[in-house]
Amino acid sequence: MRFQFSDEERMIQKTVRDFASKELAAVVEIANRDGLFQEEIYGKMAGLGLMGITVPEEYGGVNFGTFCLAVVLEEISRVCPSTAVAVSVHNSLANHIVLAYGSGDLKAKYLPGMASGGTIGVYALTEPDAGSDVSAIRMSAVRKGHEYILNGSKIFISTGDRAGVIIVIARTDPGSRTRGLTAFLVEPAFPGFSIGKVEHKMGMKASTTVELVFEDCRVPEANVLGREGMGMQIALGSLDGGRIGIASQALGIAQTALDEAVLFGRERMQFGKRLVDFQMTQAKIADMATNLDAARLLVYRAARMRDAGGKCSKEASMAKLFASRIANDAVYDSMQIHGGVGYTEEFRIERFFRDARVTEIYEGTSEIQRLVIAREVLEEYEQMYPV
Amino acid sequence: MKIIVLLKRVPDTEAKILINQEGTGIREDGVKFVINPHDEYGIEEGLKLKEKLADGSKVTVVCAGPEESTEVIRTALAMGADDAVHVCDPALSNSNPFTIAEVLAKAISAEGFDIIFCGKQGIDDDMAQVQGILAEKLDIPQVNNATVFEMAGDCRSAKLSRRIEGGDEKVETSMPAIISCDKGLNEPRYASLPGIMKAKKKEIRKKSLADLGIEGIPGAGRSRILKWLPLPKGGECRIVAAEETADAVRELARLLREEAKVI
Repeated sequence: MRFQFSDEERMIQKTVRDFASKELAAVVEIANRDGLFQEEIYGKMAGLGLMGITVPEEYGGVNFGTFCLAVVLEEISRVCPSTAVAVSVHNSLANHIVLAYGSGDLKAKYLPGMASGGTIGVYALTEPDAGSDVSAIRMSAVRKGHEYILNGSKIFISTGDRAGVIIVIARTDPGSRTRGLTAFLVEPAFPGFSIGKVEHKMGMKASTTVELVFEDCRVPEANVLGREGMGMQIALGSLDGGRIGIASQALGIAQTALDEAVLFGRERMQFGKRLVDFQMTQAKIADMATNLDAARLLVYRAARMRDAGGKCSKEASMAKLFASRIANDAVYDSMQIHGGVGYTEEFRIERFFRDARVTEIYEGTSEIQRLVIAREVLEEYEQMYPV
Repeated sequence: MKIIVLLKRVPDTEAKILINQEGTGIREDGVKFVINPHDEYGIEEGLKLKEKLADGSKVTVVCAGPEESTEVIRTALAMGADDAVHVCDPALSNSNPFTIAEVLAKAISAEGFDIIFCGKQGIDDDMAQVQGILAEKLDIPQVNNATVFEMAGDCRSAKLSRRIEGGDEKVETSMPAIISCDKGLNEPRYASLPGIMKAKKKEIRKKSLADLGIEGIPGAGRSRILKWLPLPKGGECRIVAAEETADAVRELARLLREEAKVI
């Protein structure tokens, strides 16, 4: 397994690091305070090619793969985790699903716009009664001539109000829980589509989260992704990439938590010593740094395995579970080192503390990740030592 | 036009520089190397000129430096330069500006050129000599520290601005010329991901001194680095503390008179 960066990967990391520390950092505080989606920043990120990272050149992408996407997401998240949300969803879910399951016509029609960043892709799976349990999706899609009529609503949809392309998982067969789901590519301009409730979240404020409402929304049959009944397979098949994406975001959060802890701890004097000279501070820093490296190795492994084309569900879940856990530990300890000022908006650890929490919740809760990991591990033992 | 951009690989501005034990250079382990930041203005200006002319003009990067310079050359290609010449020869290690200018003059003459952009100085050794010597070798005018560059419509001359103490100096030069670039001239673009992808396929022509028809090390005898030494350690700092400021001042005066004997 290769953990070293290639020349290209190093150049990509430098480009995104420079961009994030200059241009993103300049607007990040306002964007997060006022809950603004930064059109201009997305335009610039698109200009750098960050919206078509895994898309082949023939569709206008740069074809760099999951590892590269992980590096990009970590660098963006070091400055603004919530900006990374849309980049992750767009690349690892929307682009991926259209590329993997779209017909030739769908790919030709939508991918160039998505890869260039002109069209933002979002992913709509969650419903009030369906999230971790995909098979409980109720939103209906009824075939009528050459169209499907969609009815129902999707909630907690990241960047849903800015979408140009929405991947929707809906129920085409009420009789089958697992084979009754179908994935559709929906444009917000289709009749019957509207934006519902806008969520006010604890963190990730520069990323909008909305409800999508479908009332007799008419979708051409040509916009079915894969085939009718493949929705469950498509939803589950896209999880690995999404999880590696959020794990990378957690890495960025943990890295900044460590950076801020050390930089603050070197300046802050108590009892005539710097905070970093106290052993209890050093223990926190040692734990943060060790956990961060371990998490990074898990993320890199999962990403490299995915790029190699192998199965990586267990590894992606391990990376997501561990990286999101240690990111929350890191922001907690970093804020502890900051003391009272860390609890104010003056210091960015306050924002990262709020942003970190959701990494253990979305793209599969930590509980779901453990289920996936345990299932795979037990299966491996079943193979090795059949009962 | 044939636009030449000069490039140097230097330690990152944030890198901590330590002299190696032998005193023959800096310790390179753990040091990140980047394109000389002033050279980035040169690359950007070259690319802007090419885009403005939009007549099939070409930007060629020329770099004299160690094997490892390939990465910064690739970055320049990813920013949009068309191709590159990399003069790479063990004989060039720790060479003086005369040698580098001589070598670059040969490489650039072989390429052909209509204008040359470079940074105003390397941020590593801060000598700012190569462009001047190179101008002499190529027998062309040089304008240094440009903050504004405007090529005339017929491409036979250019108007420039140089930031000097308390004002700007307006300059006009004939072409071809060598222009050294200063901060403020432009905002260098990032190496975009599509650019990085395309750079993989662009050509870097590697040349040794022999390839350029150079025998020995030209200009080697002109100047030579004898030794690199770490900075002397700064003196101890003592803080004179007292409850009342007046007492501290009195104590400071006493120390300066009786211990330091400077007043």
